[in-house]
Amino acid sequence: MHQQPLIPNLFRTEFTKITAVLCKLFGIAQLQVAEDIASDTFLAALETWPYRGVPENPVAWLYAVAKNKAASHIARSKAFTVKVAPGLQKAMQRDDGIHIDLTEKNITDSQLQMLFAVCHPAIPTEAQVGLALRVLCGFGIDEIATAFLTNKETINKRLFRAKEKLRDEKVDIEFPREAEIPKRIGGVLITLYLLYSEGYYSESHDEVLREDLCLEAMRLTYLLLGNETTNLPAVNALLALMCFQSSRFKARKTNPSGLVFYDDQNETLWDATLVEKGARYLRKASQGNALTKYHIEANIAYWYTVKADTPDKWENILQLHNHLLQVEYSPIAALNRTYALAKANSKHAAIIEAEKLQLNTNAFYYALLGYLYTGIDTAKAKMGFENAIALAKTQADKLALRQKLEGL
Amino acid sequence: MDEFILIFRHEDGGKVASPEQIQVWMKQTMDWIGGIAAQNKFTSGTGLPFDDARVVWHNNVVTNGPFGAIKETIGGFIIVKADSVEEAVEFAKGSPVLQGAGNSVEVRKIARTQSTQ
Repeated sequence: MHQQPLIPNLFRTEFTKITAVLCKLFGIAQLQVAEDIASDTFLAALETWPYRGVPENPVAWLYAVAKNKAASHIARSKAFTVKVAPGLQKAMQRDDGIHIDLTEKNITDSQLQMLFAVCHPAIPTEAQVGLALRVLCGFGIDEIATAFLTNKETINKRLFRAKEKLRDEKVDIEFPREAEIPKRIGGVLITLYLLYSEGYYSESHDEVLREDLCLEAMRLTYLLLGNETTNLPAVNALLALMCFQSSRFKARKTNPSGLVFYDDQNETLWDATLVEKGARYLRKASQGNALTKYHIEANIAYWYTVKADTPDKWENILQLHNHLLQVEYSPIAALNRTYALAKANSKHAAIIEAEKLQLNTNAFYYALLGYLYTGIDTAKAKMGFENAIALAKTQADKLALRQKLEGL
Repeated sequence: MDEFILIFRHEDGGKVASPEQIQVWMKQTMDWIGGIAAQNKFTSGTGLPFDDARVVWHNNVVTNGPFGAIKETIGGFIIVKADSVEEAVEFAKGSPVLQGAGNSVEVRKIARTQSTQ
């Protein structure tokens, strides 16, 4: 029997599309039903494909089955008919009963509308990220739990509550009115930013999963750019940031024992195409007067893609961090600012500033102190790296830090 | 935690400095503010340009200001978070404004909004 190779992530991608389209059709209260039908569709594939071979057009096959399952679900469920059918009337077609539109346009629209529904202000941000991973990125509960370094029960509970909230708040799966978009887009971007960061900075060991998270965040951001009303400077800035960061993915992974520090990265492994794409989005982001933290962060990320260690580069990175911290404080920005200060001004100046930060539970804070004192005060450098190792959360980080300690 | 305003007073605000000198001050100021922000102690702040400055006096007399009659001019301010006035004073000590002999930074506590609890 001829076995066709499956498209990577086919189920994951199609799960999100089918769920979004069905959910749009049924209403947000039926999110679970939409997910169940999507899952059932893959079960049907599992029951069939291994024995009969993968169909020529797997996607079309899945859509056909999903349509059938949705149609029979509607016919079967009395409660569903009573509650949902009135709303379905306009979607009904005279000849084949119900029309389930799985065209590319409707899929994109549905996913975009779903993105706004999921990022509804009524839902806690953390739950938004989880929900986005589930219904928009098609991640399994196991995968989400791994990404968040927690267990399945926690994620299940979190998603359950979020879905309940969507139902209670009667959130519509629709595109916000144009006047509403400036208000709503901020929440959407925060979720996409967190989704990306979860992948880029996660302490989870699963490299493949982490990269997938980043790619999904980029795909959804890209989706926003495809729509005229959401093709905004801030969205372009966020995608630019993601492109610049992702360009270093390969270079971060060359050390089998763990992550590779920026200074030690081999820049020939940086992805020039992504850098170029990032630059293009950043240019588009610069149209208009909006200056968001994504603009600043994208600019920082751009300068990090310049490997040459020029004073100009570090001065720019320093000033951008000075600005970013005024817009929004975060410990990681404070640490990166101090690193840039060492590069742009002097290690001595940076030590004075670093000692003021007092981020005493942060492993990276001590790693920074270790770095700053290297070559100046070996005892303090040693203490820094030792504290960092004690606080580091992953084996990979501990190993990388130990190498620094031994190099003193 | 309280908020304090640090008001920069220049003895002679109209003095013209070289572009290089201005650039040095600029960097020093940005680094100084960045250092406060890196401690999550920065609230807000702004420089106050001399363009379009006026002083409105008693009987609504308006003069081009703030030069002339006033010896000191305010160049800007920032608002910081601090546990005590001493901490706010430590922030102020780092201000590049103080490199000018007659200049000063005035530290004042921001009145807290009345709690309704």
